[in-house]
Amino acid sequence: MNQDLVGRELPPTAPYLVGREKVREFARAVFADAPQHTDVEAARALGFDDVVAPPTFAIVIQDHTLQQLLALPDSGIVLARTIHAEQRFAYTRPIVAGDELTGRLRVTGIRMMGGNAMITSEAEITDASGAHVVTATSVLLVGAEDDADKGGAA
Amino acid sequence: MGYTVGDVIAERTVHLTRESLVRYAGASGDFNPIHYRDDVAASVGLPGVLAHGMLTMGIASSVVVAALEPGAKILDYGVRFTKPVVVDPETGADLHVSATVGVVDETAARIDLKVTFDEATVLVKAQLRVAV
Repeated sequence: MNQDLVGRELPPTAPYLVGREKVREFARAVFADAPQHTDVEAARALGFDDVVAPPTFAIVIQDHTLQQLLALPDSGIVLARTIHAEQRFAYTRPIVAGDELTGRLRVTGIRMMGGNAMITSEAEITDASGAHVVTATSVLLVGAEDDADKGGAA
Repeated sequence: MGYTVGDVIAERTVHLTRESLVRYAGASGDFNPIHYRDDVAASVGLPGVLAHGMLTMGIASSVVVAALEPGAKILDYGVRFTKPVVVDPETGADLHVSATVGVVDETAARIDLKVTFDEATVLVKAQLRVAV
């Protein structure tokens, strides 16, 4: 595993415009039945401009940052040997339809365990004004090369 | 909403089918074929097509959010993925979620999630903190 990755910051992802129907589609997919996810009036009654995304929607933007990481020529991360081991979100506010979000990924740690590598990265997600919305942290477990026939689960 | 340590605030069993996985793939943009193709899952040594870990995590928070006051502010949410959820093409998979108040302090309540499939715990240290 390439220890030089630690501390690496990737460029911001292209702005992602959160659509109302995308939020509804995601809410349905994760069985999120609280009304603020799909009903504009219910969201407005809570003081939001539009429907509120379920808490894990941030993964959609974070995923763009992880794709950047995987695409680095020196990342050493082979998707077929990679397992999503851990996930965390720290919120300043929920994501709301109409938000234009950008993610910036930073690799914060690599820990070797046997032949496996645990790679921790943080994606800071900000809105069009530059204000913090949520930080999404992933731990990816990249298996040793001789385990190439295992994993791929995420 | 008052939180009392030990209270079970929500509990639900969600039935997943292959359609659920395809729906989540489309909604999230995660098109890893191990979540819908038996041949690909088998080729990498998996026991079958698996639910996305993020689908399981997302369902667990949906169960909690539906039980909270509508304006409740979620501070953070984290899980560790331990066991895969194998979704049978015919019979699907039942995911059981229960949410218990674990810790309450001046600023936040920590909701501890127990998520099981086939008697096995699939998420550990699954905790969602909500402002009080």
